[in-house]
This record gives sequence, structure tokens and C-alpha cells, in this order.
Amino acid sequence: MRLKCPSNFRIVRLPCTGKIDIHHILRSFEKGADGVYVVGCREGECHYTSGNFRARKRVEQASSLLDKIGIGGERVRMYNLSSGEAPLFVQYSAEMDEHVRELGPSPVRKAKGIGEQVA
Amino acid sequence: MIIAEKKPIEEIIQEVKEYGRILILGCNECVTVCEAGGKKEVQVLASALRMYFLKEGMEKTIDERTLERQCDHEYLEELREDIDRYDAVLSLACGVGVQFAAEKYMETPLLPGVNTTCLGANEQRGVWTERCQACGSCVLASTAGICPVSRCAKRVLNGPCGGSSDGKCEINKELDCAWQLIIDRLKALGRLEEYESVAPIKDWSTDRAGGPRKTVREDVQI
Repeated sequence: MRLKCPSNFRIVRLPCTGKIDIHHILRSFEKGADGVYVVGCREGECHYTSGNFRARKRVEQASSLLDKIGIGGERVRMYNLSSGEAPLFVQYSAEMDEHVRELGPSPVRKAKGIGEQVA
Repeated sequence: MIIAEKKPIEEIIQEVKEYGRILILGCNECVTVCEAGGKKEVQVLASALRMYFLKEGMEKTIDERTLERQCDHEYLEELREDIDRYDAVLSLACGVGVQFAAEKYMETPLLPGVNTTCLGANEQRGVWTERCQACGSCVLASTAGICPVSRCAKRVLNGPCGGSSDGKCEINKELDCAWQLIIDRLKALGRLEEYESVAPIKDWSTDRAGGPRKTVREDVQI
């Protein structure tokens, strides 16, 4: 399967999205990311029962906090798919890439004066 | 344990904005368990504040540290050598920890990052309810293990009052009537006859009525 996927994002692998915490998301922005998307298993199909639900709640909390500090809560999103759905992963990645491009560089990156846009 | 909840970030920003070098100080005890002021909360808050002030063009140094406890001299002393590097410390400990640190480091502003709410139990994930008001003379032996001081809105010692209906309190229909719980538990224990005995007047001098309290244990003093 040869699929064209945006190349301007970095994948951080986790054993389960339930491992993610708000500070992981915030640190990504602190380091200059313009957007973060968390990709978990489909709802109801988590091997650990509720890992992806926990992730969703943390993404929502991170989003709310980013709004309050003026970075923009819409810069973080959660997607769900199964590990066999590569085309969907590419579709979501392209969607996120487009979404973040519309939003422009994050205020943190602008303040830091970092160059190219990264998701 | 002591229950606390995070202060809104807007309030914290107002508290710290005048300081340049800020230490966010977590506590590994109660506030870690109730997810208000432990290491993780320190990381989240520090990161959010760093980004906020960076965006606002305000130069700040915001460091993170979490002590084992902030209500003990030996752990607070760990800050002794570093405290002068900061213009202010934002403590995520309960009110006890904030004050104890403030007493120890007289020349550094100590700011609270959480609201201390009660002495409570973790009923379910994300839900804590009050169980004790530290009144200083426990009556649980005669109330079937359910505290009318902390769980009855009126602190009635011979209840229930007229505001109890269908097992709920008149101040809030979600709130169990403590005296209904006491009666139900006495029944379950087969000791309902104890309900008939009238509780004597409680000595409130051990509560806040007697002013700030001090506990001295000579047996454990060195």
C-alpha cells in the first residue's frame, strides 16, 4: 500500500493512548508544535477497555487549558481508528495538516521565533 | 485525606504575573492522591504558565519541584539552598503546606495554587466527599460510625431534624441525611436501641470554638 501522507509531523508512539497525559500534549506545544493529534483505537475496541476514553478526556482538558492561555484549544484533536486502517490514518493526518495550516503558527512558536510550521 | 482542587488558571496568572522567577512546588501526599497538586499537576501548570507568559512577551523563569510533604520541616528544608533563586513560590500543597513553607521562608512570597476543600474520602474516581471536620472529640462510637458533625448540615447530635425527608437533607435533595444513615446502620448492626439514648452536650472547645488547636504528644517527642 503506497499512500501519500503529510511528512511534517512527528509520531510519538505510546503503548496505549491511555498512557497520554495533559503535560505530554502541553510539552509538545512548548517545544514548538503547531498542533497535536492523538490517534487511538476505535471507541469500544480498547484492549485495556477504557484507554482511548481516558485519552479523549485528557485531550479535551488540554484543549480547554490551551484555550484559557490563549494558544487555541482547536490545535489539539483526537481521532479513532483501528490499526488496520492505514488509509484512514493518512486521511486524518492530511485533515489535521490542513486544519493546522489554516490556524497558522502557534503563538508559542511565534514568540520563540522558530521557523517552519510543524504539526 | 485532605482534599483540594486546582485554582482556575486565570486566578493563578494574576497571582504570579508580577514575579520573574517562580517555583511551582508540588506535594507528594494528599494533593497528589486527589490530583490537584502532585508532580503531574505541577508539570501541567508550569508548562501552561511558561507558554502563557512567553506568548505575552513576559520573560519568566518557571521551575518545577515536588516535595515528599510540605507539612514537615525535614522536607521543606530541602528548599533552603534554592529558595533565594526565586521571587515567589506557588505551592500546590493544601493550606497547611503553603503556610508551613511561608513560616519557614519569611522573605519569599508563598502563593496558593489550590483551594483546600475538606477532609474527605475518595468515593469514586473524581468524586471526593467530606467525612470529618476534625472536631477534636470523636462521637463515631455512638453514631454507628457515621459522623453527624461533618455529614449533617446542622451538626445535629440527636437527629434527624424536621428537614429530613425520604432519607435526604432539606438543603440538597442529593445529600443523604446523616441521621437516616445512622439509623439505617444501627438497624443493620442490630443496635437500634442505642438510638434511644440522648447524646450529652458535646465539648466544642476541642473544635474551632476553642481557637486554633495544638496537639502535643510528649510520648513521641525527643
